[in-house]
Amino acid sequence: MTHYVFYFLSFLAILSGLMVVFSKNPIHSVLYLVITFFAIAGHYILLNAQFLAVVHIVVYAGAIMVLFLYVLMLLNLNVSAEPVKKTWVKVAGVISGGMLLLTLVATFGKAETQPLIQKDATIGVTANLGKILFNEFALPFEISSVLLLGAMVGAIMLSKKEVNK
Amino acid sequence: MEAGLLFKIILVVAMFAVSLLVAMYSTFLERKVSAWMQNRKGPNRAGPLGLLQPLADGVKMFMKEEIIPNVSNKALFIIGPCVAMTTALMAGALIPWGGDIELWGRTFTLQVADLNIGVLYIFGITSLGVYGIMIGGWASNNKYSLMGAIRASAQMISYEIAMGLAIIALIMSTGTMSLKEIADQQDAGLANFVYQPLGFLIFLICAFAELNRAPFDMPESESELIGGYHTEYSSMKLGLFLFAEYINMFISSAVIVTFYFGGYHFPFQNEINEALGLSTTMATALGTGIMFLKVFFFIFFFMWIRWTLPRFRYDQLMRLGWKSLIPLAILNILVTGVVMWMNGKIN
Repeated sequence: MTHYVFYFLSFLAILSGLMVVFSKNPIHSVLYLVITFFAIAGHYILLNAQFLAVVHIVVYAGAIMVLFLYVLMLLNLNVSAEPVKKTWVKVAGVISGGMLLLTLVATFGKAETQPLIQKDATIGVTANLGKILFNEFALPFEISSVLLLGAMVGAIMLSKKEVNK
Repeated sequence: MEAGLLFKIILVVAMFAVSLLVAMYSTFLERKVSAWMQNRKGPNRAGPLGLLQPLADGVKMFMKEEIIPNVSNKALFIIGPCVAMTTALMAGALIPWGGDIELWGRTFTLQVADLNIGVLYIFGITSLGVYGIMIGGWASNNKYSLMGAIRASAQMISYEIAMGLAIIALIMSTGTMSLKEIADQQDAGLANFVYQPLGFLIFLICAFAELNRAPFDMPESESELIGGYHTEYSSMKLGLFLFAEYINMFISSAVIVTFYFGGYHFPFQNEINEALGLSTTMATALGTGIMFLKVFFFIFFFMWIRWTLPRFRYDQLMRLGWKSLIPLAILNILVTGVVMWMNGKIN
C-alpha cells in the first residue's frame, strides 16, 4: 500500500515539476509548483514527519507561493511580454546545463546506494523534534534563526526609501 | 467493515451535511440580522417566517445562466471556486464536536481525526484558502477581479503572521497541539479565554481579516471594486464562492470556541450531568448542543460587526496588521512566557 502511495506521489512530484519548467504561462508554473510542494509534503508524511509536512505546506504553499503569485499578478506577465533571449545566451545555457548534467551523472552513477534506516521512527513527531532541536542542535538552530533575522532586516533596509541623506 | 471506520465515515458525511446546512441558514440569518439592525423586516415571503428563503436562493443560483468570459482562462476559472469550497470544508475534520458516545456497546469519539499537529493543520488550511480567490480573480481577466485577488493575498499573508503568533502563545500555555486536548484541558478549570485575553482578541481580529468579512472585506468591497474577485462569476460558481465564505465563518467560529471557550465543555458540567443523571451519550449530546450554541453566538457576532462597523481603508488595514497586531502578539508571547516562568511551569 505504502509503495503505491510513494510511486503515485513521486510521479506527481516529477510530472508537476516538469510542468513548472515547460509551462508558457508563469501563473501556471507557480500553480504546478504548489502541486509539487504538496506531493513532497505527502512524502514527509510517509516518512512519519508530520511536523515537517505541515510546516512545509504552511511556509511554501501557504506563504511563499502566494507571494510569488502576488508579484506575478501585479506585474501581469504574459507570453508576449516575456523577453526573448539572445542566441549566445541560449547556447551558453545549454552548454553549462549539459556540463552540470555530465558532472552529476558521473558522480552519482558510480555511487553505491544504501537503504536508509531510521534510528527512531517517531523522530518527526513534533515533541521529539522540538526536544532534539532545542537540546542537541540548539546552537545551529539559533544561528540559522539569527541568519533569517539578518535577511529580514536587510530586506527592510533595501526597500526603505532614503528620507534624509 | 470495521465499526470504527464505519462510524468515521458516517461522521464525515454528517460533518459535511451540517456544515452545508449551517452555511445555508447563515445566509438567511445574515439577511435577518441586517434587517433587524436596520429596522427592516428582511426576507419573510418564502415559507413560514421566510424560513425557506435559502432554498429559494439556491434554486435561483442553479437556474441562472452561466457565463464564462471569452477571454478568461477557462480551466482556472472553473478551478477557482472549487478550490475555495474544498479548502473551506477541509478544516472541519479536526474540530472536536463532543466527547464520547456509546453505540452498539462500543465507545466512539465525536471527532473525525485527532492529529498531534492539529493546530498547525488548521493554520495550514487557512493559509491555502486564498488560492481559490487568487486563481478565480486572475482567471476572470478583469481588472476589478485582479485588484480583488491581489488585495486578498496581501491581506491574508499580513494577518496570518499575527494569527500564527497568537496561536504560539496559546500552544505555550496549553502545551499541546491537539485540538481535543486543548478542549479537554478546559473542562474543569477556566477557559483559555481567561488566560489568553489578548491572544483571543488578536485571533478574533485576524479571523475577520482571513474571512474577508467586513470591516476587512477589501477583496470584494462592492462600492469600489464592483464585486472584487467574483465580479465575472455568475450562477452556482458565484454561489460556491459566497457559500465558502459562510462555511469558513462556521468553521472559524468552531475553532475560536475550541481554542478559547472550552469547546463542548461548559461550567459546572460534572455537577449538572450528575444532577440530571445523564448517561455518557446524553452528556455528550448536551455538550455538543452547548458547543453549537457558542458557535452560533460567534456567527452572530461576525454578522453584528459586519452591520455595525464601516469598511477600513486599505492602508489602515495594513497599518493595523503590521504595526499594531504583530507587536502586540509578540508582546503576548513574552508575557505568557514570563507568567509561565513565574508560576514554575518552565524552568
